[in-house]
Amino acid sequence: MSPSGAPIVVIGGGVTGLSAAWWLARAGHRVLVLEKGVVGFEASGRNGGGASHYHSPLFHEEQRLWPQMDELLGYPTEWRQERVIFALTPEHLAYYRYMASVGRELGYGAEDIDARQVRELVPLAGDTVLGGVHLHYGGHANPQRTVQAYAWALQDLGGEIRQHSAVRRLISRGGRIVAVETSAGEIGLDHLVVAAGPHSERLLATAGLFLPLGMARAEMIVTEPAPLMPVGGADGHGLYGRQTLRGNLAFGGGPHEWLDMDADGPVARPTSPLTRNLARRVAELLPKAAHLRVIRSWAGIIENTPDGRPVIDRPADPGNLTVATMSSVGFGLSPASGRAISQLVLDGQCDFADLGRLKLDRFAGLAADWREQRGWTPAPAEVAA
Amino acid sequence: MTVRDPIALDGRIPAPKDHAQVLVVGAGPAGTAAAIEAAKLGAQVVLVDENPLSPGLMGLDAPLWFGGRMTTAVQQPARMLEQMIAGNPAIAEAFEAGVDVRLGVTCWGLYAPGPGLAALPGRMVGLSDDQRSWMCGFDHLILATGQRDVAVAFPGWDQPGVMGAFALHSLLNRYEAFAGRRLVILGSGDLALKTGLMALERGLELVALVERLDSVQGDPALAAQLNQAGLAIHLGQTDFAVQGGLDGVERLTLQDGTQLACDTVCMALGGAPAIELLDAAGGATRNSPVGRVPVLDGLKTSISRVLMAGECTGLTVDAEESGRAAARLALLGEAPVASVLSETPLLAYQSAWLEPVREDVILCQCETVTLGELLDVRAPAYIGPPTERSKTRSLATLLQDGPPNQDQIKRLTRACMGVCQARRCREQVSLVMARAAGLGPTEGPHAGHRAPVRPLPLSLLADWEEGAVMARDWDVWFGIEGAWTPHHWIGTDRVGTQPPSHPPVEDDQ
Repeated sequence: MSPSGAPIVVIGGGVTGLSAAWWLARAGHRVLVLEKGVVGFEASGRNGGGASHYHSPLFHEEQRLWPQMDELLGYPTEWRQERVIFALTPEHLAYYRYMASVGRELGYGAEDIDARQVRELVPLAGDTVLGGVHLHYGGHANPQRTVQAYAWALQDLGGEIRQHSAVRRLISRGGRIVAVETSAGEIGLDHLVVAAGPHSERLLATAGLFLPLGMARAEMIVTEPAPLMPVGGADGHGLYGRQTLRGNLAFGGGPHEWLDMDADGPVARPTSPLTRNLARRVAELLPKAAHLRVIRSWAGIIENTPDGRPVIDRPADPGNLTVATMSSVGFGLSPASGRAISQLVLDGQCDFADLGRLKLDRFAGLAADWREQRGWTPAPAEVAA
Repeated sequence: MTVRDPIALDGRIPAPKDHAQVLVVGAGPAGTAAAIEAAKLGAQVVLVDENPLSPGLMGLDAPLWFGGRMTTAVQQPARMLEQMIAGNPAIAEAFEAGVDVRLGVTCWGLYAPGPGLAALPGRMVGLSDDQRSWMCGFDHLILATGQRDVAVAFPGWDQPGVMGAFALHSLLNRYEAFAGRRLVILGSGDLALKTGLMALERGLELVALVERLDSVQGDPALAAQLNQAGLAIHLGQTDFAVQGGLDGVERLTLQDGTQLACDTVCMALGGAPAIELLDAAGGATRNSPVGRVPVLDGLKTSISRVLMAGECTGLTVDAEESGRAAARLALLGEAPVASVLSETPLLAYQSAWLEPVREDVILCQCETVTLGELLDVRAPAYIGPPTERSKTRSLATLLQDGPPNQDQIKRLTRACMGVCQARRCREQVSLVMARAAGLGPTEGPHAGHRAPVRPLPLSLLADWEEGAVMARDWDVWFGIEGAWTPHHWIGTDRVGTQPPSHPPVEDDQ
């Protein structure tokens, strides 16, 4: 048996894996992406579309790249700059103003604004606004369109994507990953990127690596379109979301549900009656939109590391593996995370951001029952079938 | 004690105050029969039916394709209710049998605890009337939701006055609120023929039937009755169009140029089993010759204690018998008489109607997506003109990457993403995609339904009585301590100085 395949294999056709593959292809390398289903069909295509991650070491690169992405990819992402975050309670206002202050500290324009200014930028807001912040950075894009843009741009550069190709395990030999075993046989490789979201833990375990992840469902609701507001990237009141360029209001937030994972991944993702609690908060956030009809809800399965921070790492052993999980904040950072991953693959280090705190070995020695210790496990079943 | 993540969903969704031992959705023949049978067996039964509908929903073609041909009578709920009860004696019978009959109550969501939804304190549905929404628990649920209209595009089908046969039946028989006078019916299957006879009986001016295929598709005896009434069935019409003015439809022009003056064009190519609630809850469904149908074991769905009865099953069953059988299965465990799936090739028939449609015809009315834009996987116009790279992409290139996926196409083109919740285009987009992929009409993709399965206002759907347990520690995201600490703060004494992302809420209990 002589496995043969693309020199660089990426497991995971989500936003992180596709961005990494696209950056690698841009650098002239042959890349093969293996996706168990359809590109962007997990959390990558189902999220709030925000791109304002002031807490990340990749923040500057996120801000630098988004304005260029449509042109770099050749396909629209629906990205729009700016963000207004506003509060109906003093506690939320304090938090949002703190977020803006961090933005300013990092050298970006951000103003504290009063209720009147909020209503000018977000006309669907009402009399209950206390105040907010206006961020002149960050922004939002359309998740599914962006994922497809990465996928198409990758193909345009000669990269290959195999959908409906689930990877069962990694195959190591002589201290290196030499191949992956898929439903359609073995695929040989020179370097492997694992960006398989919730599946990464299980896959890496087959090569003796420990990436602890908890899986949870988060939910969003969408309304019929409203007239476009001056700033679509408007949220707050414990919600994240945006007005899409079509005009729909898409918002999420609030409690998540931790899930179990079996070999096929987390179980299906119906939404819950939380839909009504989200509807209430959207109606409170934007009272002038309270008459708008909710036309769907959706849920995404999201992975988190124990400290809630990403892993972007190329461990010393095996030397030809790069691991990436963005720990629930992958979409907005994807232009930057993909570029960082591509640099780790090609150069062994990232030249634009300090990834020192995103290493895998920070979880070494974590107790096997770490999920139980945090309560990151499904609720005990209350109803028998 | 087991540790729980304090900001997770566990324990936050209360058990509903409203509860039914047997909850039946739909007061048609199957639903009323199920409710009456369950009541006779001694159960506490709640029967909900969304009729009379709010005019707002009807204007959105939900749940049926009304095409705007309602009289102002639909603005008077009391009159509608009266008509509805007068027209359906089984409703009174259900009242008498002790059923808690709730009319004007919509069931918009089904939630069942399971591996993906363990935080739910029991089985429940979401209900709403014109004032509020609430949750209702159940021991057994019988979905008797019937069928809904299926639309197939043709030039002018977006005119007011183009409507579906089930909507016409509803306006004529349930509400006496049909605003049309002169009617052309599309199709010549049994549904079309029966609709034509009903129109004649109700004194409407039936102008003609129009058939895409070269022969009458339905029962010759029914066709003969129409012929005796002097009615023409125009066959082989591959290229007809509807023209209209301010009030919608004015005429239908046949391919030879003949103009049929009319104010209503009723499409009667068959209905689709109303599987929204089951599908949105993750219940198993599959393709069949009559459309997407539930996967059933007897009348049991894949969701525990959720049964289906009547036309929504896709089975060749007598609706009332199947309703009674569902009640007996739920309460007594009595197996229903075996029945078979309908073999009527409705999807193939609808596909044949779609075949001659030109690329400039709109398929998705809400989002104005034409057939050509769908085949080109064209991003919506509000994004701007397509990029050069985008022009190299199409449904054909996507199909090189994998089987057709309607949810993917939805998000890229926005077809099926509108306020009618794809009631008017789900089937035809699937048929177009199947054909593009070289698949048969029954092998097409399926666009999943999502709750709420009726488009309901935020203010109505909202839980205004939400308890403190839901509000407490409500965080915008996971609330993992330290996860959002600015990277440049880590390792400094600023860590921990940021305000909380989920401020505490006073407990009101």
